[in-house]
Amino acid sequence: MADPDGQVIVGLEVHCQLDTKSKLFCGCSTDYRSDGPNTHVCPICLGLPGAMPALNKRAIEYAMKVAKALNCEILNESEFSRKNYFYPDLDKAYQITQYDKPLAEGGYLEIESDEGGEKKIRLTRIHVEEDPGRLVHMGNVERGKYSLVDYNRAGIPLIEIVSEPDMRSPKEARRFLNKLRATLEYLSVFDSEKEGSLRVDANISIKGSERVEVKNITSYKGVEKALTFEVTRQRNLIRRGQKIERETRHYLEARGVTQAGRSKEQEHDYRYFPEPDLRPLRVKSWLDGIVLPELPDARRERFMKEYGCSLNHARTLTGELKLANFFEKVVASDKAGLSPLASTWIADTLIGELNYRDMSLEKVEPAAMTSLVLLLKAGTITDKSGVEVLRVMLDQRQKGEAAETPDAIVKRLNLAKTVGDTGAITKAIDDAINENPKALEDYRNGEAKAINFLVGQVMKKTRGKADPGELNRLLIEALKKREA
Amino acid sequence: MSGEISFSPNDKYNAFLTTCKKAPHGSGKLAGVAVAIKDNISTKDIETTCASKILKGYVPPYNAHVIDLLKAEGAAIVGKTNMDEFGMGTTTENSGFGPTLNPCDTTRVPGGSSGGSAAAIAGGMVTMALGSDTGGSIRCPAAFCGIVGLKPSYGRVSRYGLIAYSNSLEQIGPMGKTVADVSKLMGVIAGYDRHDSTSRDKPYNHTPNAEIKGLKIGIPQEFFGEGVNPQVADVVRKAIGRLEELGATTVPCSIPSMEYALAAYYVTCTCEASSNLARFDGVRYGPAPDWRKSWHDAYQEVRSEAFGTEVRRRIMLGTFALSSGYYGRYYSKAQVARENVRADFNRIFADVDVIAGPTMPTVAFKLKEKSDPLSMYLADILTVPANLAGIPSISVPCGTSEGMPVGLQIMGRMFEDERVVDVAYAYEQEVN
Ligand SMILES: [Zn+2]
Repeated sequence: MADPDGQVIVGLEVHCQLDTKSKLFCGCSTDYRSDGPNTHVCPICLGLPGAMPALNKRAIEYAMKVAKALNCEILNESEFSRKNYFYPDLDKAYQITQYDKPLAEGGYLEIESDEGGEKKIRLTRIHVEEDPGRLVHMGNVERGKYSLVDYNRAGIPLIEIVSEPDMRSPKEARRFLNKLRATLEYLSVFDSEKEGSLRVDANISIKGSERVEVKNITSYKGVEKALTFEVTRQRNLIRRGQKIERETRHYLEARGVTQAGRSKEQEHDYRYFPEPDLRPLRVKSWLDGIVLPELPDARRERFMKEYGCSLNHARTLTGELKLANFFEKVVASDKAGLSPLASTWIADTLIGELNYRDMSLEKVEPAAMTSLVLLLKAGTITDKSGVEVLRVMLDQRQKGEAAETPDAIVKRLNLAKTVGDTGAITKAIDDAINENPKALEDYRNGEAKAINFLVGQVMKKTRGKADPGELNRLLIEALKKREA
Repeated sequence: MSGEISFSPNDKYNAFLTTCKKAPHGSGKLAGVAVAIKDNISTKDIETTCASKILKGYVPPYNAHVIDLLKAEGAAIVGKTNMDEFGMGTTTENSGFGPTLNPCDTTRVPGGSSGGSAAAIAGGMVTMALGSDTGGSIRCPAAFCGIVGLKPSYGRVSRYGLIAYSNSLEQIGPMGKTVADVSKLMGVIAGYDRHDSTSRDKPYNHTPNAEIKGLKIGIPQEFFGEGVNPQVADVVRKAIGRLEELGATTVPCSIPSMEYALAAYYVTCTCEASSNLARFDGVRYGPAPDWRKSWHDAYQEVRSEAFGTEVRRRIMLGTFALSSGYYGRYYSKAQVARENVRADFNRIFADVDVIAGPTMPTVAFKLKEKSDPLSMYLADILTVPANLAGIPSISVPCGTSEGMPVGLQIMGRMFEDERVVDVAYAYEQEVN
């Protein structure tokens, strides 16, 4: 009897477009997104009769970089095969892919597990294939009058990375994808910001039941959402005593749900056979020439050692190539001095504010962030004012308004802390005590609340610019004097 | 000097599907030479149909690599020749646009599938043509029409632009009135092409040499056995005798793997064809289907109406042989059989320089004589071994039987195309 609360088991098949300059089997440019339909095509990627594929070596190098970074074994001999099926976006009516002799097998990727430690997700294989074209439906799929085909995407190199069913929750799946993305970006073989550059199929089951394949997931968030939906759906079915059918479902991104595919689609027989127009790949020796850059795990360790980052901060900061680079630029002028503040302010505050705005990091200049951190470090502004400055900065940059420096913002809004000017604070404290004799009396009677009340009063008088620590110290000093 | 030649042949044999009345030419080794091109080789701005209704009206936007090479040497592309649809046949009767007749006897077929190219030469309309040979498609019509045809070693001529029927077996090759013509044409079209990953850097710079003293010729018993017309076998034996008179010696040999060669050939070519021809779905080529139907139904409509019977038969055979559960029984077994054929040739070529025998088991068939597919397939038995092994093979006229030409086939070691040309040349020089 299946247990509705049984363990969740997830495996992923991730398709990533390799960021090469030209397509996998022809010289057409891969930079098609801003151009009109069918502008990046030639006889080869259109599959015209008689045209033949010629392998782009760079794509294989990129795929091998990935394989090496993911600890996979490059096969002595791999080959391309034809996957035969009819679909209007498939110009040759077959896709050139790899079947029983993929480029690489085995390997693993380490992610943070739900329990908090590190965990290895094993990989089954990595293979190289071509992207098909794209259908553009005029109207919607069911009722549209017709569809048009755009072959710009046809022949873009893809790698498919297949994992073992080693993930135990939708969250782990999301983390796997994030880690994979970071690794591919560190390798400079993938651009996650290009639309449609990543597509995921997920296999998910509740222990003891059949597994379901969810196709058509196209975003990082989508993976967690689709899988969370499936977990609930499958558990509910089991609870009601129903059986989980082994099936393929499609994820509808807009609605956040999965939907059963038509059963006909599952009866494909792809009639794979070796692509006779390409020779077998014997590229294992290329491995010697592949030098890997620093990868996310190594960089995370370095951030902890070199900058004193906490594990969590280091994880966040190195989890995206751009963020890690940004951090290092921000603290470059004074690693030891700036890192402690910069890691919190970037990993926690900045990321939070950017996510809230759905804003990209690129709009923020590292120099501006350095200035902000310097202001905080020098004690020129309080943390509270720091957040205010950051928000003004981000708003200006998001709206494309004139971008002020943090110093200019502090000046314009008069946010400088009254540090050094202890006279002003002392005066504010004296005024506050004199104006509230009741509070003084309460303090003398040992009521701690009185201090908080007086702090609030002084803050009001100094408009938040007083350093809270300093204020506390001076206030207690003043109160003690009056006690005597 | 570049210019233009007028080409308006009296094509009594239906050799051409398209003729170019004004054909431009340039300067070079083939300056002003009229060359006919089999209609499965892509020619920019000239309709290219593979003799199939499904490609009617298809005008390629690019040239096959061999066409660029021909033009670079000044040749005039004067027309596209008839063939069995997509190369599937041995008679040129399977054309979507009517059969080609044999100029030696118009009640007979010219052979196939490059029958149009052979008839254009035999009928005196051109001296040279390109054909393609998947299982004998150059050599068979050369033998039946009394001309010379060479199937080059696999990889020696770029296939880029050749509309694929069976990629792992076929080669574009030269056909001509004489061995010298064939050799000259080969010199222009051979060599590496980065667009064809299976092509090799083996250019052909050879002038035929008739000196064959000391040459060792293997005579496989299978080429003179059951199914081979005794008169044809006699003519070929006599021709080999002439080679001996020129100083060659003969060595009997055997190719036991031939027992499975035909099966291996038909499994391989139908499998590859079923995939190659899948793109002809009516979306981009051929007559537009009724798109109000679902696209599945529309594909079916186009493909069942526009493909001929033999093409549909081979697509279905190939689709079946590749389907799940059968791949191991057919396609992969066929590849093992191919390896055995290669091994047999390697063994024999350790002792001999070339192998000789008849090109075809009979002379040209009467039109409509081969009505059942199986008996037509059997006619390929002597030509398919060279394709399975990838080795070069030439057919040169060597006399007649029943008043029809007989072809002498000479096969050589891999990439020794020059040697088979020399042997054919020696024979040709000796008899003329
Ligand atoms: Zn292209």
